[in-house]
Amino acid sequence: MTTAPVGHGTMLRKEDARFIRGRGTYVDDVTLPGMLYGAMLRSPYAHARIASIDISAARAHPKVRAVLTGDTLAGLNLAWMPTLSGDVQAVLATDKVRFQGQEVAFVVAEDRYAARDALELIDVDYEPLPAVIDARQALAEDAPVIRDDLEGRTDNHIFDWETGDKAAADEVFATAEVVSKQDMLYPRVHPAPLETCGAVAHLDKVTGKLTVWTTTQAPHAHRTLYAIVAGLPEHKIRIISPDIGGGFGNKVGIYPGYVCAVVGSIVTGKPVKWMEDRSENLMSTSFARDYHMHGEIASTRDGKILGLRVQVLADHGAFNGTAQPTKFPAGFFGVFTGSYDLTAAHCSVTGVYTNKAPGGVAYACSFRITEAVYLVERLVDVLAFDLGMDPAELRRKNLLRPEQFPYPSRTGWEYDSGDYPRALETALDLAGYAGLRAEQREKRERGELMGIGISFFTEAVGAGPRKHMDILGLGMADGAELRVHPTGKAVLRLSCQSQGQGHETTFAQLVAEQLGIPPDDVDVVHGDTDQTPFGLGTYGSRSTPVSGAVTVMVARKVRERARIVASAMLEVSPDDLEWEKGRWFVRGDQASGRTIQEIALAAHSDLELPEDVEGHLDATCVYNPPNLTYPFGAYVCVVDVDAGTGQVKVRRFVAVDDCGVRINPMIVEGQIHGGLADGIGMALMQVMAFDEDGNHLGGSFMDYLLPTAKECPSWELGETVTPSPHHPIGAKGIGESATVGSPPAVVNAVIDALRPYGVRHADMPLTPAAVWSAVQGRPLRTDLAIT
Amino acid sequence: MQVPAQFRYEKAVSVEHALTLLGRYGPESRVVAGGHSLIPMMKLRLAQPEALIDINDLHELAIISVERHVLCIGALTRHADLLSSALVGEHFPIFHDAERVIADPVVRNRGTVGGSLCQADPSEDLSAAFAAVRGEAVIVSPEGRRTVPVREFFLGPYQTVVDPGELLVQLRVPIRSSASAYQKVERRAGDWAVAAAGAELVLDDGVVADAGIGLAALGAPNFHAREAESFLVGGPATDERFAEAARIAAEHCNPIADQRGPEEYKRHLAKTLVTRVLSVARTRWHGLHSGEKAR
Ligand SMILES: Cc1cc2nc3c(=O)[nH]c(=O)nc-3n(C[C@H](O)[C@H](O)[C@H](O)COP(=O)(O)OP(=O)(O)OC[C@H]3O[C@@H](n4cnc5c(N)ncnc54)[C@H](O)[C@@H]3O)c2cc1C
Repeated sequence: MTTAPVGHGTMLRKEDARFIRGRGTYVDDVTLPGMLYGAMLRSPYAHARIASIDISAARAHPKVRAVLTGDTLAGLNLAWMPTLSGDVQAVLATDKVRFQGQEVAFVVAEDRYAARDALELIDVDYEPLPAVIDARQALAEDAPVIRDDLEGRTDNHIFDWETGDKAAADEVFATAEVVSKQDMLYPRVHPAPLETCGAVAHLDKVTGKLTVWTTTQAPHAHRTLYAIVAGLPEHKIRIISPDIGGGFGNKVGIYPGYVCAVVGSIVTGKPVKWMEDRSENLMSTSFARDYHMHGEIASTRDGKILGLRVQVLADHGAFNGTAQPTKFPAGFFGVFTGSYDLTAAHCSVTGVYTNKAPGGVAYACSFRITEAVYLVERLVDVLAFDLGMDPAELRRKNLLRPEQFPYPSRTGWEYDSGDYPRALETALDLAGYAGLRAEQREKRERGELMGIGISFFTEAVGAGPRKHMDILGLGMADGAELRVHPTGKAVLRLSCQSQGQGHETTFAQLVAEQLGIPPDDVDVVHGDTDQTPFGLGTYGSRSTPVSGAVTVMVARKVRERARIVASAMLEVSPDDLEWEKGRWFVRGDQASGRTIQEIALAAHSDLELPEDVEGHLDATCVYNPPNLTYPFGAYVCVVDVDAGTGQVKVRRFVAVDDCGVRINPMIVEGQIHGGLADGIGMALMQVMAFDEDGNHLGGSFMDYLLPTAKECPSWELGETVTPSPHHPIGAKGIGESATVGSPPAVVNAVIDALRPYGVRHADMPLTPAAVWSAVQGRPLRTDLAIT
Repeated sequence: MQVPAQFRYEKAVSVEHALTLLGRYGPESRVVAGGHSLIPMMKLRLAQPEALIDINDLHELAIISVERHVLCIGALTRHADLLSSALVGEHFPIFHDAERVIADPVVRNRGTVGGSLCQADPSEDLSAAFAAVRGEAVIVSPEGRRTVPVREFFLGPYQTVVDPGELLVQLRVPIRSSASAYQKVERRAGDWAVAAAGAELVLDDGVVADAGIGLAALGAPNFHAREAESFLVGGPATDERFAEAARIAAEHCNPIADQRGPEEYKRHLAKTLVTRVLSVARTRWHGLHSGEKAR
């Protein structure tokens, strides 16, 4: 891989040179003269009234410069801030604390150690209150009301939302030959990016400009929010998102620590750095999932799926801070009908407050499609179990057919393109499915437990069409700017921001493909609101579908400008020019062309251009996606389970992904590898459980387990390519596909392995204890303390 | 970033110096060996020692040797060195089995045998392994040196007989003809044990002449299963007897429920793992002695 392709194709990542050398610049690497350090005091209780806070001793510490409390912030009208879901969240608690780890006071000191020492000098008098920990009890008559700060609140109910056609679904279920039902929990998990969240805030008193280096996946949205929240003029705010060590949705929202760093800088007149530690990250920042689901699937006796009915209880924590388009309080859970051709579907979701951390919809989930896919893929396997049918056969029988695309789903989504049977057969072939089943039969005879699990997923990514999708009123369109220097080197300015996805390479390749110049000649600038056009950021696998599209559009605009310049150079009409990668030439005369570099130089020269042509090649563009893109895939997982201990070993994992046209296949595969590892983590080990007092039982990496290479088999990848019809190059998103698709494959495999014991379902994570308990017929409540 | 509270730091240049420093700084000082247990606790401010006495330069404590039929393992021996020692593997494969599943290579490169025992975490694997093979701990103080059986070393979770002012310098295991094994159930590589068991067997013509059973994370008193051992000795080394010994071990241990699993599951693991390690030890015994028989 010494020469990079001129355009799409596998090439090494341009950004890796600095990462491999340890020369990246993360937020914690930012050091400014006179910089002070912040530390956050957090609540040890899940629910308690604050009787008093005494900060006098902390303030007296010789190295402390400021101590902020909810009262200080209330004076600035900043004690509460809006969430991404139209609720409010306490920046620093004033009346009550509502989850363990909630922000209570912020110390600014001359160094990290002093800031941390001073936290111990703050005396908070708490009056503990009963906590709501089990979401299933949140709406009980006698449940304590968590959000008594909200006018007229008498319970913990947040919203009810439904989609689909209830009457039609009920009718299908009333007459169906077979109805299978299953309760299932997608437990609370955490994105756990390697780099925790933090900010360096600097308000320059002379210019009045606030610069914030911060861990954000959405720098432009943050700028607008700071303007709204803090009342600062937006042009005086600059958000810089430098190198980011993983986001997975964790860095979409604004955290109290960021606001405190900003206020800290305002009150001290110095730059203030705040960087949370691992436990703070796990305990207080955006979690994911926490969906308690009841699913029903109706079918004929021979396995034709007819309908789905779903009820969800959604645990949103203490403040409704989920990040999702405004009109979608349950995210895109509405695509729960999955990849199947069915007659009717309905689902209702109820959101509730509990005494747990707020946030949500973080973690590589495509706005809750992770939950939706898990639900339907588990239900299909439950149905296969009840029918005594092979799960591959059942899927084969019900998958949407290629000729049904574009497919209007029963819940109002338009799947853009797909060839599902081809993806499924490719995966089954790669896995050697028939052979695996034969091996399983033999093993079962010997008393060994082997399981084969399948999942088929449809994703919906690239939010999204402006008229349907906005976040806090900001439409989800992205801008891009492309400058071409006189020598033909280019600078692309993007609104979205990489957290490790390789944007500096992929987006350079997109330009390279359109202009026919080497990707190394294209510099990608991102993550700085002063240097890039507006856009909504990187999450929900939207970068390639939205910012990728605008990149292609702006490059094509440049190409068209180049055509006019070339026509002036060649003294022919633009209509007589034809494009081949890298040059315009006169139709019928291959030799007569001008390369993009020659054209760029001419565009800046004394060349005489037609009347209304400005010269230069630079262009800008905004892309408002006409639809989401719908990547899909078929996964097969093979596990061995130790019957004596319940330990699960993932022996093989076959993943066939279709994300439309692949720009850099190596980067695509890297995204898939990471997502598959994530899926194994969620299926087998990751969970944030709470004891009855609301103590967080996963507040460190000793208790919150991330998978290692040892738990991951050598991934076996395959692909099919079904281009998106509406994306300018036919690409779809890939960032979250594997995270969405893999958990049900692993769980289905484990449950399949436990078939000799008659196990039909068990909740994630399938730790050795959970597997053993399922075999005993006493499945664990994995979200609560094990007693 | 997690940052510890202030502390003083001293580097010991000899065992005597370490003892002097411990005396000087008193009970609020702590020895730091690999630091893989102590430093995380300091960063979380669960431990706030006033002084750290660094013993990492005491190379004389990092030696593995055999002296008069006793395997001697210096307290500062790193996990990785125990794992790579052919001498250890030859006599007590239980240590290699255990080391393969203790933490991860990064931790094993620094963490020490002495630190593991002195930490006395109820899930510490080496505590169970040394208990199984009836090792002895050599402890020094300004008054002199004493030897304590590992089976009397622990006073409770995170508590040992090593007093403030004392230093653990060596672990000793008498070498005899035996076979041993260790197994652990973990939720993920590098995780602490859900439960773990080790066994050492000496057989005599198919009869158990001596048996040691160590248990970690199962609340077994001093990390071993005395009743199960007594049951085994004198009887035939059969699957049935192993299963019964395992049942006895499970009955007498005292696991507690936590996020790794409910109590009944852990008891079940005690039974499964004890059966398995006894069986592996027996297989290894026969592997060692099949040559003898043939001759
Ligand atoms: C991520 C991780 C995973 C782990 N997983 C496992 C596991 O699966 N199984 C397992 O058994 N262990 C595990 N450990 C613990 C590991 O084995 C540690 O290295 C060990 O517990 C402590 O050894 P240390 O040398 O680092 O001790 P230190 O942290 O330096 O010291 C621990 C304690 O012992 C005292 N001490 C140390 N040496 C002496 C001495 N010579 N005399 C008197 N007191 C002394 C110290 O004062 C301190 O109180 C894990 C640790 C980590 C960080």
